Amino acid sequence: MATQERAAAIVGIHEWPKRLDPGVSALQIKAQSIGRALEDAGLSWKDVDGLYDAGEGEGGGGLGLAPYLGIKPKVIDTTSVGGTSYEFHAAHAMRDIAAGRCNVAVLSYGSKAASQRIPIGTGGPRAGGSWQSNMENPYGTTLIANYAMVAHRHMHEYGTTTEQLAEISMATRAHAMRNPQAVQAMQDLNFADIREITIDDVVQSRMLADPLHLLECCMVSDGGGAIVIASKDVVKGTKKPPVWLIGSGEATAYKTNSNDITTSAGAQSAPVAFGQAGVKPSEIDIAMIYDSFTITVAVMLEDLGFCKKGAVGEYLKGGRLRWDNPDGPALNTDGGGLSSNHPGMRGIFLLLESARQLRGESTSQVAGAKLAVAHGNGGLLGATHCGGTVILAAD
Amino acid sequence: MSNRLQPILPEHDTQEFWDGAKAGELRYQTCDACKGVVFTPRSHCTECGSTKLTTRASKGLGTVYTYSVVRQNRSPAFADLGAYAVAYVDLDEGFRMLTGIVGVGDPTKEVKIGMRVQVEFEPQDSGEYPVPVFRPA
Repeated sequence: MATQERAAAIVGIHEWPKRLDPGVSALQIKAQSIGRALEDAGLSWKDVDGLYDAGEGEGGGGLGLAPYLGIKPKVIDTTSVGGTSYEFHAAHAMRDIAAGRCNVAVLSYGSKAASQRIPIGTGGPRAGGSWQSNMENPYGTTLIANYAMVAHRHMHEYGTTTEQLAEISMATRAHAMRNPQAVQAMQDLNFADIREITIDDVVQSRMLADPLHLLECCMVSDGGGAIVIASKDVVKGTKKPPVWLIGSGEATAYKTNSNDITTSAGAQSAPVAFGQAGVKPSEIDIAMIYDSFTITVAVMLEDLGFCKKGAVGEYLKGGRLRWDNPDGPALNTDGGGLSSNHPGMRGIFLLLESARQLRGESTSQVAGAKLAVAHGNGGLLGATHCGGTVILAAD
Repeated sequence: MSNRLQPILPEHDTQEFWDGAKAGELRYQTCDACKGVVFTPRSHCTECGSTKLTTRASKGLGTVYTYSVVRQNRSPAFADLGAYAVAYVDLDEGFRMLTGIVGVGDPTKEVKIGMRVQVEFEPQDSGEYPVPVFRPA
């Protein structure tokens, strides 16, 4: 493994434990999570000098969150690219810390999507009157349908099947069953069967948008969390082993008149991140990949370089991505968006579970895990989306 | 008849497209400078940035690039459609359009990637703009 620059590390983490929590606001989830992540790091409120925020959660963003928290950061980054905003934030914090612009950066997320009954996947059209909405809204393309169109094309070009994609649902559910918070989440959100699932379970679950079935779709939960990223000088005084950020990449992809819909922005962001980190996909122990839907993971496994474009169906066979299978990286060992936590923008949880694994704290701990990749997708696969890749390394 | 959402106009980029739909024309743009095809409509070429564009009428023939059949949509505007097909159609003139596929008995079985389709302008119960959708050619 090449020697990377190790300038910034995750030193504090907190995942909001509840997935249905009518008793708090999204901003309270953010603020309290930051407090607990700082405690986890052994740092204080006053140490924070970098604020990274996607602006979600009842008035966050550059003008909202700092006064609510009561801090005066030196760096304010309000990058908002949907569910992968947090990979972008981590990348920017890494860059800003390396440049000496700040020493203790915080990222936070809070959402009440479940208790507010927000129909993310099957909801109404985007706000009207724009160059995009005027060309989309008359057709009734739900969020899920955008991903489903990617799945259909992938099946058409490469012969990928639902039975193959089901492996993704099965592995994440197996991991969720080992995570007490995920089991509680499925109970609180009234999942019909809270157990490990089979290919048949997936194939026979209700079709939401052909060819995607219910058990290929993520849950809609409440939740949130926070992450503290610190400079190497600050790291020396923190409580837990640091988890180094060693590479990052950002990209966007969108519909053109001839784009390959089965290739995501990850095909552009991942090589940059792996290149900066000086590691190869084959060296990765933990793959935290945004599982909004099975097809999202399938496309990104290819785009991140775990297998060739079109080969993911074969690659997935036989439970390769389970935490206890040494043949591949362990996928979404917290249970993923499919079976543990998806309040709308899952990107922060990819970093949180990566950090837990590289500290040795996961409920599906991979022995000796040294390297993780967190890859998020924001926006709509198959239409406009952003991809953010972060490579993380154990101390 | 149908009750799809209408475009909200006036809007600078898409007005001409919807005026076309009203006139029974499927409009797209080409760039005078680089000959690139521009869609969805804009005031600049997405290949070279030129603002010298020509609006043209498509023959309305194309091929389904991919599709999905939506079984659940919580927007009341689509409640009456039942299960309905959405698709990207590659028009013969070289542009790709998000649209709906109509004129099939069971969209879950009869829409296929690669099938040839022809535009039609679907009148709407409420709203002045017919919506360009496609049926098997």
